Amino acid sequence: MRKTMTSMLAGIGLVLACGTSVYAQDKELTIFWAEWDPANYLQELVNLYEAESGVKVTVETTPWSDFQTKAFTEFNAKGSAYDMVVGDSQWIGAASEAGHYVDLTDFFNKHNLKEVMAPATVKYYAEYPSNSGKYWSIPAEGDAVGWSYRKDWFEDPKEMEAFKAKYGYDLGVPKDWKQLRDIAEFFHRPDEKRYGVAIYTDNSYDALVMGVENAIFSFGGELGDYATYKVDGIINSEQNVKALEAYKELYSFTPPGWAKAFFIEDNQAITENLAAMSMNYFAFFPALINEASNPNAKVTGFFANPPGPNGDQFAALGGQGISVISYSQNQEEAMKFLEWFIKDETQKKWAELGGYTASAKVLESPEFQNATPYNKAFYETMFKVKDFWATPEYAELLIQMNQRVYPYITGNQGTAKEVLDALAADWNATFKKYNRVK
Amino acid sequence: MATAVMTTLDPKSRSAARGMSDLTIRNLFIIPTIVFLIVFNIFPLIYSLGYSFTDFRASSPAAANFVGLQNYRELLNDPFIWSNFAITAKYVIVSVVGQVIVGFGVALLLNRDIPLKGLLTTLLLLPMMLSMAVVGLFWKLLYDPSFGIINYTLGLGSFEWLSNPDMALYAVAITDIWMWSPFVMLLSLAGLSAVPKHLYEAAAIDRAGSFYTFFRITLPLVAPILMIAIIFRTMEAFKTFDLAYILTSQPTTEVISIRLYKMAFQEWQTGRSCALAYIVLIMILAITNIYVKYLNKVKER
Repeated sequence: MRKTMTSMLAGIGLVLACGTSVYAQDKELTIFWAEWDPANYLQELVNLYEAESGVKVTVETTPWSDFQTKAFTEFNAKGSAYDMVVGDSQWIGAASEAGHYVDLTDFFNKHNLKEVMAPATVKYYAEYPSNSGKYWSIPAEGDAVGWSYRKDWFEDPKEMEAFKAKYGYDLGVPKDWKQLRDIAEFFHRPDEKRYGVAIYTDNSYDALVMGVENAIFSFGGELGDYATYKVDGIINSEQNVKALEAYKELYSFTPPGWAKAFFIEDNQAITENLAAMSMNYFAFFPALINEASNPNAKVTGFFANPPGPNGDQFAALGGQGISVISYSQNQEEAMKFLEWFIKDETQKKWAELGGYTASAKVLESPEFQNATPYNKAFYETMFKVKDFWATPEYAELLIQMNQRVYPYITGNQGTAKEVLDALAADWNATFKKYNRVK
Repeated sequence: MATAVMTTLDPKSRSAARGMSDLTIRNLFIIPTIVFLIVFNIFPLIYSLGYSFTDFRASSPAAANFVGLQNYRELLNDPFIWSNFAITAKYVIVSVVGQVIVGFGVALLLNRDIPLKGLLTTLLLLPMMLSMAVVGLFWKLLYDPSFGIINYTLGLGSFEWLSNPDMALYAVAITDIWMWSPFVMLLSLAGLSAVPKHLYEAAAIDRAGSFYTFFRITLPLVAPILMIAIIFRTMEAFKTFDLAYILTSQPTTEVISIRLYKMAFQEWQTGRSCALAYIVLIMILAITNIYVKYLNKVKER
């Protein structure tokens, strides 16, 4: 009996010992991101890390529509399912104040990332609060809104002639928002099932707001003072009223049923011969130069968001930084991964695979800028980007903006001034509720 | 006392024959069920009632502060919330009325001797066996103004079903009617087949017209079961989420459960969303109660 017991115990011990050693060898890291092409490129990249270090890294994804909900549900439950997250830029306030992200300030300073990464990406993806010198993530996927267009439509001699006769200047890549509007109007021919422009209108997350931001920022407007939370006179400024009216006018040149459009629909507008121009994040442009996914790949061109009436040129920022989650049990391993991720070679490889590196050195290299027809526009845009509020209550601000702006753009309700005045009142009330202003 | 009653139950019963006493059944099946219900339903329900009086946010480590009735007061004063309720009410009326008319109509057609009646009934039940998300996704394609089959068949050109703010709610309701009319049909069919044939024979002898027969015999006898179908459908339509969420994002289709979802899981206003959930719960309870009272009245007749 005693012998049996001893051998049983020995057996259990052996199993445990084997289990532990197997565990030690098979360290795994999980990165959470949204379901889109860059996540596939990241998976390819991290496979290289596994080959080098033996640590298996998995990129887990979920559709964009519930990316935020799923991530924050996991954070709030203090779950350790994910070790890192490639989180949206506007989450940084909510996630850092609630203690969901590990403070990466020391890591940031040690590797001098403020210099290594493009300034806009450091400002919007990594630092919170603004100008505090505290960093919560490593810029991973730089992104901004740009435009694609049908070169064959633009370069058709008959169209060029008709355009010049009508508008008095040459048809070409729009040099400002006024030209963008004219070209959209010119190509808008519902009888021929051809439409002027495809813009973002989906109000379930940040699509519509990003679209409107492109107009607001280029018209010289702002959403508010991010340091003092003052919004009155800023969000409802004269420029913003004009910008909102311009965006609404563009909506009248969109294909039918364009009231819930985001990146998929906007790329379809080009691939399905629906629109002359289409707004989209640069991250979705690789699909447009691929003939397998775009039959018009050879005749698709790209341009940066054009300047507004006063020459200001900005674009809405997309993109994400990679953060370590406080509840991860593999934080040490995650930090090792980040050290590998920020290396110049890794960033170069990341760009080659299709990821939009935020590394200033890679972005500036002619090699990167000539790699695709849109990389140069991307490089230029990344130095002219602005973002939405990053305060912890950004989701409320976003929903309020959707509630006010969407019925105006798609449903003709109210005037731009009324909408923005009401939005200023909503935002003020929200900031008061959270004691940001008195 | 209770134990005494249970142990003296019919010794010839099936469980007694298997050797399972009522006590064993209680311990094995009833107690776990009740514990499960308490842990997963009752406890969260009461807990969330507590939260509804606080400013608790699940996304923040900050402690919850008691704010009294502030959440309820602010919600009931919020014009957006009232517009969400108005949209929900409109949706419930259109959708349930549509389902009753279509479902009961089809049941009347099926309640006669026709060939392949069984197969036809089964085929008609298919829509309600599909998942809401799947139905939403393929109706989105059917409604598409550029290539959707609905516009093509009806010759509507590029009519915008889902992008038109005035039409979107009806488009969602039509999808719901398509999906859930079979449910009303099934219950109505059960009610119709239970109407004694001799009543129709007597009516025929008295030379009663079909209109008179329908309103004096068919409808009153099917009414109780039809009421049950209406109660179920009203409760479901009141808390509808999936279809409206997938099909369109028009503010004119933002029913109360979508607003609740956004408040709870996008804005993380946990306390306030608990309060809104309670307001919705009280409304559903009130409506159901009215129906049940009416159902009892119908039954008494």
